[in-house]
Amino acid sequence: MTLLAAPALPLHTAGKYVAGAYIVLVVMLVVYVGIMALRTSRTRRELSELRQELADREVRENPAAAPGSPAPVRRGDRLAEPEREVAR
Amino acid sequence: MSHARGLRGLIFATIAMTMAALALVFFYAPLDADQGFVQKIFYIHVPMAIVSLCGFVLGALLAIGHLRTGDRKWDLRSYVAIHMSLIFGVAALIMGSIWAKASWGHWWVWDDPTLVSFLIVLLLFATYQPLRFAIEDPERQARYASVFAVVAGAFVPLNFIAVRLSQGFVHPRVLTLTGGNLPGSMRLTFTVAVLAVALLFATLCIFELSAKRTRIELRRLRRELLGDDAVAALRRSAAPS
Repeated sequence: MTLLAAPALPLHTAGKYVAGAYIVLVVMLVVYVGIMALRTSRTRRELSELRQELADREVRENPAAAPGSPAPVRRGDRLAEPEREVAR
Repeated sequence: MSHARGLRGLIFATIAMTMAALALVFFYAPLDADQGFVQKIFYIHVPMAIVSLCGFVLGALLAIGHLRTGDRKWDLRSYVAIHMSLIFGVAALIMGSIWAKASWGHWWVWDDPTLVSFLIVLLLFATYQPLRFAIEDPERQARYASVFAVVAGAFVPLNFIAVRLSQGFVHPRVLTLTGGNLPGSMRLTFTVAVLAVALLFATLCIFELSAKRTRIELRRLRRELLGDDAVAALRRSAAPS
């Protein structure tokens, strides 16, 4: 085979090819990690959207549970001083 | 939590093994008498190709697990193994082309059985993703993909045997069951390089499996909490869902 009989390349020429082959591996890893990072950020965004939708739905179904609304007073709860005045 | 800790351990082992392999390749293994410095590509190109082919066979074995049990986790594992093998296979092919150009003067040689058979296997498995994407029903998608993975996986060892039996070699045979003709230092370097690439494959597979499981769990929660319409609105995917 004439192809096998090809002489060895000098170091300065062979170096480019060897570097090229190893750079392929590095590029492959970087691209893969980049794609996975994008997917992870998308999953994180969807998770926060889901959390927001759940919070909105909870507020719609139970407005008293909305943040900032006063908690319902149950029998036996101790009232604060002004509320106790009104209760009298 | 223990899963994440296991992945972290695997990442450290992969980094350590890769560093050891690179050190052996460039500071320990002697220069090849015929090819000189360009032969260093051998230590990355051949392990990538071997791990890629083993990954295809692994994907087939995992697909058998899915067909036997009907459990979708096997389909997910098979999908990830084949996906990763494709990436490794493409990288091996590009590295091989670079090596071919350096040592033979051509980017590609069509009359070499090793090159062409590897390309055929790669093209065969390249149809795996479009096949999955073409089937909308997840159950059918998983079943058909598993059947495909088993048939295509069985093709890999058959292909390997056919190449070994063929006569017109351009690729030299340095690895055989009787020991081959690699000197001891080159053999050690090559073994460490194969282990490093296999560890890299395992790490990336487990990383992707964990990301896919999270995504599937998110979809399941979405379906349970917001109804089927909320999940149907998400785009179609070739990946198991």
